[in-house]
Amino acid sequence: MIERSLTAYRAIFAARFRVLLQYRTAAAAGLVTQLFWGLIRVMIFEAFYRSSGSPQPLSFADVVSYVWLGQATILLIPWSVDTEVRALVRTGGVAYELLRPLDLYWHWFVRSLALRTAPTLLRAIPLLLLATLFFGLRLPATAGAACGWIALTGAAVLLSSAITTLVNITLLWTVSGDGIARLMPTVAYLFSGMILPLPLYPDWAQQLVNFLPFRGLIDVPFRVYLGNLPVEQVPVLLLQQLAWIAVLIGFGRWLLGRARLRLVVQGG
Amino acid sequence: MYAMRLYLRCLGASIRSQMQHRLSFCMLTLGQALVVGMEIAGVWMLFHRFGQLRGWTLPQVALLFGMANTSFALAEGIGRGFDTFSTLVKSGDFDRLLLRPRGTAFQVAAQEIQLMRAGRFVPGLLVLGWAALQVNVPWHDLRWLAIGAGILGGAAVFYGLFILQATLAFWTVESLEVMNTVTYGGVEVAQYPLSIYRPWFRTFFTVVVPLASTTYLPARSLLLSSDFRDALLHGCLALTVGGLFLALTLRLWSVGVRYYRSTGS
Repeated sequence: MIERSLTAYRAIFAARFRVLLQYRTAAAAGLVTQLFWGLIRVMIFEAFYRSSGSPQPLSFADVVSYVWLGQATILLIPWSVDTEVRALVRTGGVAYELLRPLDLYWHWFVRSLALRTAPTLLRAIPLLLLATLFFGLRLPATAGAACGWIALTGAAVLLSSAITTLVNITLLWTVSGDGIARLMPTVAYLFSGMILPLPLYPDWAQQLVNFLPFRGLIDVPFRVYLGNLPVEQVPVLLLQQLAWIAVLIGFGRWLLGRARLRLVVQGG
Repeated sequence: MYAMRLYLRCLGASIRSQMQHRLSFCMLTLGQALVVGMEIAGVWMLFHRFGQLRGWTLPQVALLFGMANTSFALAEGIGRGFDTFSTLVKSGDFDRLLLRPRGTAFQVAAQEIQLMRAGRFVPGLLVLGWAALQVNVPWHDLRWLAIGAGILGGAAVFYGLFILQATLAFWTVESLEVMNTVTYGGVEVAQYPLSIYRPWFRTFFTVVVPLASTTYLPARSLLLSSDFRDALLHGCLALTVGGLFLALTLRLWSVGVRYYRSTGS
């Protein structure tokens, strides 16, 4: 039985993944945008670093690499809900979803997983290559750091998918599909390190950002890559990520259960 | 004159339709304001960490931030028709515009006014107000006119960029994400003094996308020169450059319209 549904989930993932891989022109266009944006960010940081002599928690060279890694994996941020799920909730098609002989949570989770991986891969690989060759992205600090980076990025994908699925579920409560779905990207953007590397946040904010799950999306993998966080800490960091993933999945499942009891299906 | 009345009536209709969904409007506006608030937090944290930016203080950069964001919010709010224009081309609905007894640019411009952009305009204005209190230039100083002119000139440049983005859709059908580099990217660039960027980049934002003359130069004339004539000159320059850029993009638009091949059935 479990075997059967695993096959189904794998098939859903593979199908969504292939569909999302089709958007190659969009990825190419995005690449130009991301390169331009990265250049702007690098120049701004350069000017700030030249303006102050005092030592910073991250060196300028580290920040440059941080910016490029951020541009490469920008689509890992849970920017958006699954647009098809949103449409299903609006039209009432969600009733069919409830009828499927699959656990709805995991069904939506694997869809989110595809939504986060395929576009990220399309964009990250060429961007990492170009940034390393031409724009000052350094190689990982050590081989161990590279392994840690890859493992933590894998966990980040799960984390991002868990957040996306949770936000998908909130759509069942607010039919017009906004509210939390609109708020989430802003929160994730602010606390993940996209707007500014987290070590550069004011000291009083460090405890907060270190506690929240969002640092696991990009900040933690990047700092391991740079050697800013030592490799020995990777197991602990990974555990922290997994704990948040478990919490978010648990909360999502609970919320979905509640939503199912009070769901009013739209349309006719 | 009649065109103006028609334009205002169209925008009035657009406002009334948005006010039918008041809660959604409030959420959208609030969401936008939060995004801008986050950007403000980003700039503030950078100054908290580094103290100053090549001699520029936080209030001085806040002045640029306020100008760039109010300019952009104005352009986004009234230029929405051009921003979403590619959908008209894709669906073939542009054909209908060609049949009506008004100019096409006029009809696209009159399509929608997006009130939710107040979510960017108001925080931008607040930042500008805070900067004004901090930079020690009294309210009645006439040099502030240069800032007002700069905001209008900047809005004209951003509006022109939206027209350009729409014009490109005549050829590409799809909307081009690349244009985001000069619209959203332009705001990001104009938030900081242009002098911090590399020379080729400065040239690009002076000659190709003339945000330098509309945002940076007026702000600099207010902050660094006490000569009223200097500010006046830069205010006039900002308006002229903005107007010329807008006129140029409208010319390109009419070239695009002539090229247009319908995709509709």
